[in-house]
Amino acid sequence: MSRSRLTQSNRAGWAMALPGFGLIAVFIILPFFFAFGLSFTNQRLISPNPTEWVGLDNYRQLMGMGVLTLEPERDDEGTLIRDEDGALAYPRLRNFTRGNPDYAHLDGMREWLSWSWGENQVVVLARDVVFMTAIVNTLTFVLIVAPVQAALALGLALLINQRLRGINIFRTIYFMPVVVSIVVVSLLWRFIYDGNDGLLNNILSAVTFGAFEPVDWLGNPDTALPAIMAMSIWQAVGFHMVIWLAGLQTISPTLYEAAEIEGTSRWQTFRYVTWPGLRNTAVLILIVITMQAFALFAQIDVMTGGGPLDSTQTIVFQAVERGYGKQDISGGSTISVLLFLLVLTISLIQRYLTRERN
Amino acid sequence: MATVRLKDIRKRFGATEVIKGIDLEIEDGEFVVFVGPSGCGKSTLLRMIAGLETISDGTLEIGGRVVNEVQPKERGIAMVFQSYAIFPHMTVRENIGFGLTVAKAPKAEREAAVQEAARILQMEHLLDRRPSQLSGGQRQRVAIGRAITRKPEVFLFDEPLSNLDAALRMDMRMEIGRLHKELKTTMIYVTHDQVEAMTLADKIVVLKDGEVQQVGAPMDLYHNPANLFVAKFLGAPSMNLIEVEVAEARAGSAVVKNPALDPIELPCKLDGLRPGERLTLGLRPQYLHPSLDPSEGKLHGKVKLTERLGSETVVDLELTDGSPLIAALSEDAVFERGREVSLTFRPEQTHLFRGSPN
Repeated sequence: MSRSRLTQSNRAGWAMALPGFGLIAVFIILPFFFAFGLSFTNQRLISPNPTEWVGLDNYRQLMGMGVLTLEPERDDEGTLIRDEDGALAYPRLRNFTRGNPDYAHLDGMREWLSWSWGENQVVVLARDVVFMTAIVNTLTFVLIVAPVQAALALGLALLINQRLRGINIFRTIYFMPVVVSIVVVSLLWRFIYDGNDGLLNNILSAVTFGAFEPVDWLGNPDTALPAIMAMSIWQAVGFHMVIWLAGLQTISPTLYEAAEIEGTSRWQTFRYVTWPGLRNTAVLILIVITMQAFALFAQIDVMTGGGPLDSTQTIVFQAVERGYGKQDISGGSTISVLLFLLVLTISLIQRYLTRERN
Repeated sequence: MATVRLKDIRKRFGATEVIKGIDLEIEDGEFVVFVGPSGCGKSTLLRMIAGLETISDGTLEIGGRVVNEVQPKERGIAMVFQSYAIFPHMTVRENIGFGLTVAKAPKAEREAAVQEAARILQMEHLLDRRPSQLSGGQRQRVAIGRAITRKPEVFLFDEPLSNLDAALRMDMRMEIGRLHKELKTTMIYVTHDQVEAMTLADKIVVLKDGEVQQVGAPMDLYHNPANLFVAKFLGAPSMNLIEVEVAEARAGSAVVKNPALDPIELPCKLDGLRPGERLTLGLRPQYLHPSLDPSEGKLHGKVKLTERLGSETVVDLELTDGSPLIAALSEDAVFERGREVSLTFRPEQTHLFRGSPN
């Protein structure tokens, strides 16, 4: 077989790869390195001042934390001062975090968490409390959504992996939310979660014969993040169901027959045949869901904008908010780099934990 | 140990009947081979005995007990599949002991059963390997080992050697034969390979289109095929079939001829033959002796091709009426292309069938 000169020419090959490769370079590879570079400067989106190299200042600003133990105030004789309710009085935090030369390392920090330790009060301070909240929210989201979504998707995949009449209708129904844009889904779910006349409140009140007190799901700091989790799980579960289904269908039917002859129960069949056969699929799904969950943004942007009371702040939302909302490109870049390092670490850990053992 | 009895067994898929009423008795400890071309229903029949396919009609008895509605694991059978169907994530030990793991047998009992199976199959040194580290023959051995630990009353083999290469196939064939001698258990073996059927079977069941063509010991079938299909199916190279005309019908014999065949009296069990009737004469290639002296033999033709295999010579001939014929000599000989030859044969080694050769 003679090969044409075109397929042998190196130059032609590169020329054909160039458009795609160029786009990837301009919009993915270049920004990736830009983010690293900008995170060490004080670059702003528009600024009259020249950009300066600031080293790790941005990282310190984001990640700066301190712990302060406050002793209760005493009067001149050394007895504890109590107010009318008997509560102990503590010195004001501002005394330590604003211009106190003895506590320079805490300067500018705000209270993030605090708890009592005997008579004393322990206060965890953070230079950027909102970012800390965003990290905690994102991790919570990942820790709940990844296993729940993966398990639900597997359950659905097992259900629809049967030869039944009309099974394709169910496959389509479960997959439909994946096809709809997440922005549209988020808008629709805002109506469902509406505090006054939302579908969810109406249903709950109907099934409890009016006993259920309507909740403003997205307006309540306690329910906003769980509400977004529930919606996110519902939206993408069909996608992972299809991946599980593909995995299920690679398992040889003969293995099931061999297990049947050995007399396995349903659970044993799952444990000894199905689950081991899904091993690679499971690794893939776990990593994909984790990465998607870390990138949580659109739902937040459409449904809550990070509120109420920062209860739905997330890392990516903060990156966008800072980079473009506050025009602080270097701050946004720093968050992106931190997210990259976080996801990379978790992926490596997952790969290590799920490696092939011989 | 058990007998297996099939009474008018039928299998229908919708309107199509693929197994058309099979009656068969399999004695305790017998090695029975189901043989036939692909699509003849032999695998379906075996799977019905295993319980992997439902029985549409008829009764199946194993060990005197009707098992039509009995779960596979309760039937006292073990099955070895063509694709091995061993579990890839388990070691050889776990695979062989799988049935006992499923049955939650004590560990010591399981280990003893595994060791026993490994001893029988001479694979003690492979117990800690995984299937991916084994050759095809070793994998099939693991599958057989798993069957042995079930201590079945009947072993079922579904084309167990078809995925192996030729050399291994012979080894494993002997291995299975040896296993039967050692265990003395009833075995049912499905194959499309007539060599396996001839060498292993106590009793061969030839199937075609869901019907039994003939049942009998290998040499019975070879020497006394009941019909044209069996005659053609068993033996390699396959039997030569020549259309002949009855010149004279006698009691227990007939004189037949055709343009390439001088009239000859042959033993014949067919009733009611009339002169002029067309029959098919079956001649096994091994029983034909070519001679360069044209007056010596009854059948005349010329050499088209000689294949020398060392231990055997296969001569491809064209008879004077244009039809092809193959002769196999058990020695190394050279017949030049185009040479006129005549062939001798012994009348008692011929077969006459009603019907046309094709």
